[in-house]
Amino acid sequence: MPLRPTVMALARRCLAAVAAIWLVCLPVGAQAIDKALDRLLEDSFTETLAAVDEIARSGNKNAADILEALADRRVLIDAATKTIVVKSPTGSLMDARTGAAIASEPAGLSPVRTNNRVRGAIEAAIGGLTLLSPDAAKRLAAADAVFKSRDAKALPVLDQALAREQDPAVKRALARARASVLLTDPTLGKPDLGAAVDALIDAGDAEALGLIRARLTSNTDPETRLLLQTAIDKGEQRQRTLAVAQNIWFGLSLGSVLLLAAIGLAITFGVMGVINMAHGEMVMLGAYTTFTVQELFRAYAPGAFDWSLAVALPLAFLVTGLIGIAIERGIISFLYGRPLETLLATWGVSLVLQQAVRTAYGSSNKEVGSPAFMSGTFDLFGLSIAWGRMWIILFTLVVFASLLLVLKATPLGLQMRAVTQNRRMAAAMGIRTRRIDALTFGLGSGIAGIAGVALSQIDNVSPNLGQSYIIDSFMVVVFGGVGNLWGTFVSAMFLGIANKFLEPFAGAVLAKILILVLLILFIQKRPRGLFALKGRAVEA
Amino acid sequence: MIVKKLLEDGLDRRTTIALSAIALAILLVPILNLVVPPGSLLHVPDDKVALFGKYVCYAVLALSLDLVWGYCGILSLGHGAFFALGGYAMGMYLMRQIGTRGVYAHPVLPDFMVFLNWKELPWYWWGFSSFPFALFMIVLIPGLLAFLFGWLAFRSRVTGVYLSIITQALTYALLLAFFRNDMGFGGNNGLTDFKDILGLPVQSKTTRVILLCASLALLGLSLLAARMLVASTFGKVLVSIRDAESRTRFLGYRVESYKLAVFVLSAVMAGLAGALYVPQVGIINPSEFSPANSIEAVIWVAVGGRGTLIGAVVGAFVVNWLKTQLTSGVLASIAIYLAVPPAIANKAFGAEAWLFALGALFIIVTLLLPKGIVGTISDLLERRKATERPPETAPAASQPAE
Repeated sequence: MPLRPTVMALARRCLAAVAAIWLVCLPVGAQAIDKALDRLLEDSFTETLAAVDEIARSGNKNAADILEALADRRVLIDAATKTIVVKSPTGSLMDARTGAAIASEPAGLSPVRTNNRVRGAIEAAIGGLTLLSPDAAKRLAAADAVFKSRDAKALPVLDQALAREQDPAVKRALARARASVLLTDPTLGKPDLGAAVDALIDAGDAEALGLIRARLTSNTDPETRLLLQTAIDKGEQRQRTLAVAQNIWFGLSLGSVLLLAAIGLAITFGVMGVINMAHGEMVMLGAYTTFTVQELFRAYAPGAFDWSLAVALPLAFLVTGLIGIAIERGIISFLYGRPLETLLATWGVSLVLQQAVRTAYGSSNKEVGSPAFMSGTFDLFGLSIAWGRMWIILFTLVVFASLLLVLKATPLGLQMRAVTQNRRMAAAMGIRTRRIDALTFGLGSGIAGIAGVALSQIDNVSPNLGQSYIIDSFMVVVFGGVGNLWGTFVSAMFLGIANKFLEPFAGAVLAKILILVLLILFIQKRPRGLFALKGRAVEA
Repeated sequence: MIVKKLLEDGLDRRTTIALSAIALAILLVPILNLVVPPGSLLHVPDDKVALFGKYVCYAVLALSLDLVWGYCGILSLGHGAFFALGGYAMGMYLMRQIGTRGVYAHPVLPDFMVFLNWKELPWYWWGFSSFPFALFMIVLIPGLLAFLFGWLAFRSRVTGVYLSIITQALTYALLLAFFRNDMGFGGNNGLTDFKDILGLPVQSKTTRVILLCASLALLGLSLLAARMLVASTFGKVLVSIRDAESRTRFLGYRVESYKLAVFVLSAVMAGLAGALYVPQVGIINPSEFSPANSIEAVIWVAVGGRGTLIGAVVGAFVVNWLKTQLTSGVLASIAIYLAVPPAIANKAFGAEAWLFALGALFIIVTLLLPKGIVGTISDLLERRKATERPPETAPAASQPAE
């Protein structure tokens, strides 16, 4: 359709013109409201009705207040002296013409009468006024209200609002509301109809599609029907795509959380072969470090609160890394070659750590704040994306990349790989294997700690935080194949996405159970995971 | 005759002592509880009977775990699942015995189903009003699950920590499933408010003593059966699988079948223990499936000494007795008696102390006492014997391998 872009451009230009005129008209507002208020003095329903319309379009800053008062019979007039007073719900008085406060109520005032028709008009007018509110959330709500009421009178204000709108989400809502109003007009010409339908499809929700369907059933013109039908097909296709995109997005988000929790385990279990059941507690300690840092910020530097995470991150790495090294030196180093005993001993460590945190901080959930840049959502082709989740995915990728870098490009990483591949040969080459063991374990625990910082943003921070991740983490590592960081990456993302695609059919809990059962079956088939190490390393 | 041979092999000195102690308890506890007057020094109070009954069921669970872990090297972190499944089967029987005495007085449906607006009994509840059927299910369900799981796992040679982790995942999945209301097992609250078992009121003194004796009898039989099993050729093969799985396979044994057999047997044992546990504590809910419970059972075996059978029983009693003492705040009272300020004593030695102690137990036992109580004592005894006579037949240290 080559016509459409031109139409759109034209429409846009028209809207811009309307906006310009409106802006020019602004100074006139003061006089316009005077005239409208004079109509109120008549106290006849028809005059009041006209006045409502004019007040709404006057652009006066008190317009919304006056209209609200009118609906509540709080606008008081004296036809003789031409006084018009607006009483606020709290009882204070204001001159409607100047907006100045009045100390005492003049005698001889009576309220302007209203009937249902007037009240209806007032409601629609107030809806229109909030379309221009400086608060984006209010504009969004007003646009949705117009979409539901499909009030044709809101159209001019909608056009104004649309021309001024900067926020893409609100803009889409406004366009959707405008299109829904246009669609109620049976005489609408084909180009306009096309534009309106396009705007509805762009919104992409089921209600908007329903509107087009309704229009289709009431229409007999074959050409229009074709246009509507293709639009509906396109809309349905779009909805399906959006649903899939949504699932993938949620899946990636869950996958990144799984990856964060599991990546430290991939080092201790995957690279060192040590079963660390206290891994989840390292995550939990990271989260509590964040909480403590934030408490200190709240107490001493509330202005710099947004920086609390930046401080918590290295601190959590240090705290959990050092605890990890202590556990390795104190317990695990005595148990090498006895994996089942290691499992039991580290489980004991996890119990002690949990109880220690419970004794120190109490067992209730702790409130961890989010810095400003992590709250709110943004809009991507109709997908609503939370900034918090977005940052966590990016953060996970950064952590993963830096871990790869450490393993592949630093002397420490080289020594780690040497020790895991052939411990005795590495020792013969002069590598202090016991020191490397401790450092590797510290690195894995430290990464669990910074995972805790990220997870504190999206999960409840309680002493049980770690336990809820430990089984999932082991599943991720085992599924991906032990000793393979990329395997862990793929497996976390795959499990996250699979979980989210199962959820609509099975519900959240059943989806999780299904995934667990599938994993149990999968391990039977490939006991060493998706990307198993091959060759001599397997038996090492 | 085979039985006689097995009995002769199985009844070593240790087992005979243990079995005699159990028989003595079966004889004495009813008298001490029911006949001896409450004021007497020898009287066993009712709450101790209930507590003791609980310990005995735990001991059977520990025994079943020792059979697979101590003798076959299968560290199951999901044995609590079999215990809980047996318990649920028994709970279903007990629920059906309530009849019209529930809060809603529905003739067929248990209270929670009426509450959830269910119209009829789900098919998997059919038949549970009959005790023989319930008993059959108590054996069948854990056994069947163990068979399916074991068949899949052992055939594809999942061993060591991988096996431990997937057993943990198994019980975790069951935990999540049983939390759901639409599973039809009472969701979060589980099954409770039992009234009768085999026509006897569950709460009465006599029933409690009978249940305790039944548990003791189960413990005795399980111990005997396990002992006979490990003393037989079958048991020798199990130990060889534990110590050198590949070698055993190359010698021509079907390792998978041996593992599967002992795993299923152990699961059935755990299920029976769970079934006797439920009427004694009066409730079964999904938390019995929690992985932490299963791991706690492992530590009973480790404390007592794995691969000794008696050790599992001793461990279950010792650890659970310790748990009762510590969670009841005895430690705090002692500390206060020793002039520690009550505020500090309650904080450091109150009910919270238990998890510290349990955690420490895990660490200390694995690091310092790898053979457990029984293993360490028998080592000491053997060493003394060895010093008394010339060391021509030095006992081979039976160090359990992973």
